[in-house]
Amino acid sequence: MIRIDSVTKRYPDGTVAVDRLSLEIPDRSITVLVGPSGCGKTTTLRMINRMIEPTEGTISLNGADLQQQPVTTLRRSMGYVIQNAGLFQHRTILDNIATVPRMIGWGRRKSRERAAELMERVGLDASLAKRYPYQLSGGQQQRVGVARALAADPPVLLMDEPFSAVDPVVRKGLQDELLRIQDELGKTIVFVTHDIDEAIKLGSTVAVMRTGGRLAQFAPPAELLSNPVDDFVEDFLGADRGIRRLSFFASEGLELTTDPVVRVDATAEQLAAPDAPYLLVTDAEGRPLGWAEPGDLTAGDIVAEGLLPYGRPFVPGADSLRAALDCAVLSPTGWAVAVDAGGRVTGVVSQQAVGEAIRAAHSAADTGDARAVGPADIAKVAP
Amino acid sequence: MNVLDFVNAFFSDSAQWHGYDGIPQRLLEHVQYTLMALGIAAAIGLPVGLLTGHTGRGGNAVAFVATAARALPSFGLLVLIAVVVGIGLLPVMIPLVVLAIPPILVTTYEAVRSVDPAPVDAARGMGMHEPDILLRVELPVALPLVLSGLRSAAIQVVSTATIAAYVSLGGIGRYIIDGLYQRDYEKVVGGATLVALLALATLAVFWAAERLAVSPGVRRR
Ligand SMILES: Nc1ncnc2c1ncn2[C@@H]1O[C@H](COP(=O)(O)OP(=O)(O)O)[C@@H](O)[C@H]1O
Ligand SMILES: [Mg+2]
Repeated sequence: MIRIDSVTKRYPDGTVAVDRLSLEIPDRSITVLVGPSGCGKTTTLRMINRMIEPTEGTISLNGADLQQQPVTTLRRSMGYVIQNAGLFQHRTILDNIATVPRMIGWGRRKSRERAAELMERVGLDASLAKRYPYQLSGGQQQRVGVARALAADPPVLLMDEPFSAVDPVVRKGLQDELLRIQDELGKTIVFVTHDIDEAIKLGSTVAVMRTGGRLAQFAPPAELLSNPVDDFVEDFLGADRGIRRLSFFASEGLELTTDPVVRVDATAEQLAAPDAPYLLVTDAEGRPLGWAEPGDLTAGDIVAEGLLPYGRPFVPGADSLRAALDCAVLSPTGWAVAVDAGGRVTGVVSQQAVGEAIRAAHSAADTGDARAVGPADIAKVAP
Repeated sequence: MNVLDFVNAFFSDSAQWHGYDGIPQRLLEHVQYTLMALGIAAAIGLPVGLLTGHTGRGGNAVAFVATAARALPSFGLLVLIAVVVGIGLLPVMIPLVVLAIPPILVTTYEAVRSVDPAPVDAARGMGMHEPDILLRVELPVALPLVLSGLRSAAIQVVSTATIAAYVSLGGIGRYIIDGLYQRDYEKVVGGATLVALLALATLAVFWAAERLAVSPGVRRR
């Protein structure tokens, strides 16, 4: 555990970048520091690997004050990833990743083998090994940065806005990759971002900081969304925090119906049977084709082109209530389509039913507060 | 007679090609003076430039020293030192070293300063020691500029090393000074041509050094 204990950082020019900050960063999970630009996130992060020394207060790692070990030893036990990756442009990708293993005395061969292993882990093609950084895209460079930080298998990973400089699509890929890697490796990650969506997506716990370097709220994302501690946090979360909170509710409980689902080769009787305003037509394998009003369908003559679009289906279990609601809202009929992992329709659900599920989920979360919000004991609020 | 005839006459005189006053001997002497001056200047300019560039401290001092050194006339310095310490290698070396230090020092300083701070920050954050950061992260990236500073210094020293002949030493300057004294323009033009060729050869050496020493990742080719 990394324990930050009433730490203040005052720069020589008098700027107070961090003000009496206390945080307990749990092991083996992602803790996100988020807040507006200039609120002291980078300063806080860099005090953890002693790139910056606190003016007051102490930081300890597993109970030992950071000051107790040589600064290079400390830094070698913490991977460090920065915004523009900061790759060594004179070294190949493989040698960039092998830097720390080489530095701590592994042989060249072993270091390179390890580097090759990490390229695979972060989703880089082995053919990039001999390239130089300038030959890679921004997203690929950032992956190299992550691989380089992980190379010597440090227990701690410090990441300062690592995905801020890439476009949204690439960023999403990198975030998913980080979550996947974290599932496999279980590092203690401190992740800095100014993007609240990123914080909510990645963080097990999120520390919201306000300008002046003070902690506003320290809580798991679901609690942040349901109980913002003050106006600042609420504003920072944005207008649609209610919708976003739905990401934390499972869509499994939704009651699906298969009544309005018909196959493209349905008989006239089958078409007439359901008592529903719309029918969802599937192909012979059960994949959705589109919606239609019962009267518009003629048995034996259903063409996919004539149907209403079905929007974007959701996968109960894998997707959240937010995805289900999104589906229902996007669907021209107001019904969301549920599919299995293979894309075959398992049922449909109305906006109304989704709405009921949301209300049920909210009341369950509110009564079972402690369970829903996680480790409430580590949540601390700035004075 | 035009210049080309002088050049032709100078190089086709077989007497020029051997003996203590032959072209090979004079070239060798010239290259020796150049290498020696350049070596001393680099031994001073490179470490000082690298360290000041790395720490960011002493930039003003570097600029001041460089400007002051540039203001000193090489020939004046030669005469002055020759008067003080007498004739020999020292009055030749000092002005050449003084001439070579500013381009090496200033360019090296600037080269290290202009290295992208992000990889340096990353290196420090991963626990690299400062000397390694300078030599393994900053220098490889700064190398093209550092080499260009050495190259300007080398070119200037090659041309200026002709002054060695004023204090009775050898080098290609002998042809020029003796030629002027004897009103033998064939010698003067021949000597000047040799200096120009040597300068071209210097460029070639640096071109090759850059190809060999600078990483393709930095050259971006
Ligand atoms: N070296 C420094 N000297 C003086 N002020 C600094 C220095 N570094 C950062 N600051 C100031 O400290 C505050 C916090 O900076 P920083 O930690 O970089 O914020 P963030 O990463 O949240 O954007 C800002 O007001 C910034 O201008
Ligand atoms: Mg920052």
